[in-house]
Amino acid sequence: MMDVPIEALLFFLLLVTALTVARLRDLYAASMMTAIFSLLSAGLFVLMDAVDVAFTEAAVGAGVATVLSLGALSLTGSREAKKRAQVFPFVVVALTGAALIYGTLDMPHYGDANAVIHSHLAPDFIEGSAELEIPNVVTTVLASYRGYDTFGESFVVFTAVLGVILMLYRSKKDAS
Amino acid sequence: MNAPKHMRMREKLILRVAAKSLLPFFFLFALYVQFHGDFGPGGGFQAGVIFAAGIVLYGLIYGIEAAQAVIPRIWVEIGVAVGVLIWGGTGIATMQSGGRYLEYGKLDPEHVVHGQHLGIMFVELGVLCTVASGMTLIFYLFAGRGR
Amino acid sequence: MSSYLGLWHYHACILLMMVGLFAVISRQHLVKKILGLTITQVSVIMFFVAMGKVRGGTAPILETMNHDEVVRQAHDVVFSNPIPHVLMLTAIVVGVATNALALSFVVRIKESYGTAEEDEVLAADHADSVAESAKEHALESEAT
Repeated sequence: MMDVPIEALLFFLLLVTALTVARLRDLYAASMMTAIFSLLSAGLFVLMDAVDVAFTEAAVGAGVATVLSLGALSLTGSREAKKRAQVFPFVVVALTGAALIYGTLDMPHYGDANAVIHSHLAPDFIEGSAELEIPNVVTTVLASYRGYDTFGESFVVFTAVLGVILMLYRSKKDAS
Repeated sequence: MNAPKHMRMREKLILRVAAKSLLPFFFLFALYVQFHGDFGPGGGFQAGVIFAAGIVLYGLIYGIEAAQAVIPRIWVEIGVAVGVLIWGGTGIATMQSGGRYLEYGKLDPEHVVHGQHLGIMFVELGVLCTVASGMTLIFYLFAGRGR
Repeated sequence: MSSYLGLWHYHACILLMMVGLFAVISRQHLVKKILGLTITQVSVIMFFVAMGKVRGGTAPILETMNHDEVVRQAHDVVFSNPIPHVLMLTAIVVGVATNALALSFVVRIKESYGTAEEDEVLAADHADSVAESAKEHALESEAT
């Protein structure tokens, strides 16, 4: 129960950061706030025992993703025009949130050790990782148990990069 | 990028010196994360992103031309595809040694556990290659578009 | 009511997701929409990771390399569920690659329309289609 105040504080900071991102019209500042959002969420992932996810989120969110959005902003302009507030988005977001919260009501509680997802598959994976003599269970599941899945994921990265090449490639001949 | 002349990062001495002295540790750390991924947090995805972040830092401070002189664009273009091929090729290799696709245990006929270690190392290298080249290439394309 | 108190982590994730979704729907600048998408994505990832947490558990990394010791430890120590971690780990990296693809679309839109504001792009499209149909109409009336 020691974690609860820290988790509450981190969630509060995340909420403040997210609201700031939504409100700011200076988009350079907004992308820096998004980087801060990623770093804070990495802290929360550590509290949730997901050290690998935290590591990735910190490296991706605060490193590469920020540089990319700054790069895009330098090409598109960084001021957002002032627009009048609308009611419609509030209604849509409130309805979506209410539906999702209604969906969570019969879920097992946070941290419940008797939840269904902890009683199948996961113990097998941990034991299998021990038999393979690889201490990091996440690596075993990532590369070995779910090898096809991760192969597909790296193929998605390949495809996305291919798309970016098609959109933005400019040969030396075009530039001159 | 399009910042005015006095804002250019390549003229800031402290940034240049700090970045240059930090860069070897960036790449060393990426390799540590890559090969220590079996024992602690880390693996190909994280190492790839850290590796790319090192190149991006160099490109931001010394200019995109300097970064492309160190790591030419054609290398990373090939690297993205080679990473996926390494992974797919590991699957072919396991089939060659009599297993199913991606059944790493067959890579070492005497010792299943060693075969698994070998297979995981290869596919993690494939991920490193794809992710590091992919992120670097995306940065090159965005930065190169500005001029 | 108090039985719902144990769910507040999930509700906090949903709240964050609502903020991200609001930025996607209500903001007009396309890069801002993508920043909102990033926030939504991180919240969804956090929701999944929260489901894998076991109170009193520890990160799913075994401590020793001695084989018997490791097998015993896998039974005695409580670990959090590694499966959501694996799924979300890859989702983050794929997410940044697809975000980059979306940003490249925004860059191309800016280059051909001269603006990256959604309503201005739509207005330009509308003006184009009006001009087009007027031209067709003129051609038709000429032919008859």
